Amino acid sequence: MEKKTYTITSSEGLHARPCSMLVSAVTPFQSEVTITYKERTANLKSIMGVMGMGIESGAQVEIVAEGADEAEAIAKVDSIMKSESIGE
Amino acid sequence: MKQTITGIGVSDGIAIAKAYRLETPDLTVEKTTIDKPEQELARFESAKSEAAVELEAIRAKAAENFGADKAEIFSAHLLVLNDPELANTVKGSIEQGINAEYALQQAADTFTAMFEAMDNEYMRERAADIRDVTKRLLAKLLGVHVSDPSTIDEEVIIIADDLTPSATAQLNKQFVKGFVTDIGGRTSHSAILGRMLEIPAVVGTKTAMASIEQGTSLIVDGTDGTVLLEPTGEELNSYETKKSQFEQDKELLKRFVTEATITSDGHHVEVGANIASTEDLPLADKNGAEGVGLFRTEFLYMGKSDFPTEEEQFDAYKTVLSSMNGRPTVVRTLDIGGDKELSYFSTPEEMNPFLGERAIRLCFEHPEMFRTQLRALLRASVHGNLKIMFPMIATLEEFRRAKGMLLEEQEKLHAEGIEVSDSYEVGMMLEIPAAAVIADLFAKEVDFFSIGTNDLIQYTMAADRMNETVSYLYQPNHPSILRLINNVIQAAHKEGKWVGMCGEVAGDPLSIPVLLGMGLDEFSMSPSSILKARAQFASLSKAEWESYIPEILQMETSEKIIEFVKAHS
Repeated sequence: MEKKTYTITSSEGLHARPCSMLVSAVTPFQSEVTITYKERTANLKSIMGVMGMGIESGAQVEIVAEGADEAEAIAKVDSIMKSESIGE
Repeated sequence: MKQTITGIGVSDGIAIAKAYRLETPDLTVEKTTIDKPEQELARFESAKSEAAVELEAIRAKAAENFGADKAEIFSAHLLVLNDPELANTVKGSIEQGINAEYALQQAADTFTAMFEAMDNEYMRERAADIRDVTKRLLAKLLGVHVSDPSTIDEEVIIIADDLTPSATAQLNKQFVKGFVTDIGGRTSHSAILGRMLEIPAVVGTKTAMASIEQGTSLIVDGTDGTVLLEPTGEELNSYETKKSQFEQDKELLKRFVTEATITSDGHHVEVGANIASTEDLPLADKNGAEGVGLFRTEFLYMGKSDFPTEEEQFDAYKTVLSSMNGRPTVVRTLDIGGDKELSYFSTPEEMNPFLGERAIRLCFEHPEMFRTQLRALLRASVHGNLKIMFPMIATLEEFRRAKGMLLEEQEKLHAEGIEVSDSYEVGMMLEIPAAAVIADLFAKEVDFFSIGTNDLIQYTMAADRMNETVSYLYQPNHPSILRLINNVIQAAHKEGKWVGMCGEVAGDPLSIPVLLGMGLDEFSMSPSSILKARAQFASLSKAEWESYIPEILQMETSEKIIEFVKAHS
């Protein structure tokens, strides 16, 4: 299991574009990838699940990947978070 | 059968083409039990791939027609279509013996309800996206045909109940010459799109879908909201002429987009845009607006289930201010009551709503609602050239009270360490005759006036503007109205304050010369009128019209004044 914690810095929170980008990025991986915010967990491959959490700018979230390619999945999340200024 | 339908003309121009009906397919679903879940799952999967192929094609079309930005929404649609949670919910029901259609409908209802319940405008709009996607998928399962406007290959006028985002994105400007929808108003999605694409649009026709058949010849006049069915040869000729005149004028006006508004004797006036939402901004820019003379904030409050939060308002004000990039931006505080109501807020039943608790009066009754807006405005003030305007001010006490509340909020923000611009202005809408009469007293305290002609005329004439039998009294050029306006302008100038006008009259070619002569500083109008007005100013001499004003103010009737204007311009 691989995990990493982020503070969302994107001004629009995890809606719209930032959300779409993360979901599209992790979908191809075999591993299960989840996002946890305020003790609720959603599938990071589900745009409705993630948007439904209403994650605003400044929120603390934890991303967990579990499966054969978990390290690659987390690395991908990390690069998108940084290159698109979504979180740090 | 000869027929004319009327609606609200929301995008200027004339279109002549055949009708293309955009059908809303019947997607009624029944619950049945199934005994082969594998087959049902396979049907669901194949419907999903068909829908995906379709969405990919629409996305490509949207990118081609509207650019990558607008196409992004369909990338989001594809993500919704392929959402594993959606698929799992549907699969779960199918495995329990429920048919795919019903399973999908249930899942769609659950997800849309979840998004609709969120207290964030953006998220509520996503509910519409989910419905859009699941409808497409449902149509595939049911084997129902969904009109596919991307396949249109001849010139048409689109007829629809309303336009969904996926339908509009498929419209190809090359072939779609106009549209007519039964639902909607000036600020509805279809209206804004019509203006953006610069094709004539008429909305709110109510009966178009019921009375126009596929392929019917039509003339659509987006300026006055007329739709002619099966026009005669004579009508066709006259509208063809009107159409080419319109297009010619538009072409000629293009050179004024980047120019300032200068009269023939070198005097500058500001021509601004009236906008109702942030979505009107591109249109204001395209028409070379020198500022926003009226930002109606009502749209932030309408079509919602609760009051907009301070944050939502702040975002909207900031967007408008920063996109105007230093150009003056007049924001009018909430003006509801009268004929405008909110679903989540019951305004009192009144005998005379226009004389009742509306605009600033209502805001005083609900200070929390008002203060939220003032805070959002003050916070946004650092992002541009903000001018705050209070509507429906009749007495000095009212203006002082509203300004007092504003300053109190400013103090609170200072205490919280939040920055507020020190150069924003505070003015008032001048629309009540009482205020016009004592404009000299107001002028000492306000930073500016903006004259709202629709209400000023209705209150001065004591004639309800919704009542057609007294509509003859709606006379913008009546001596009483012109004297009031002149009084306001002179009183303001004496105190070194500026005066704008944000009613329909500011863009009226028959009123412009007189207002210019009186010294009106700013003319704000619907964006599509700006270039025409700018061209007119270029042909007028301010000094000349100034010299006519004493004579005009002595004329007895509107008719005489209009005659004079026509003869001299």
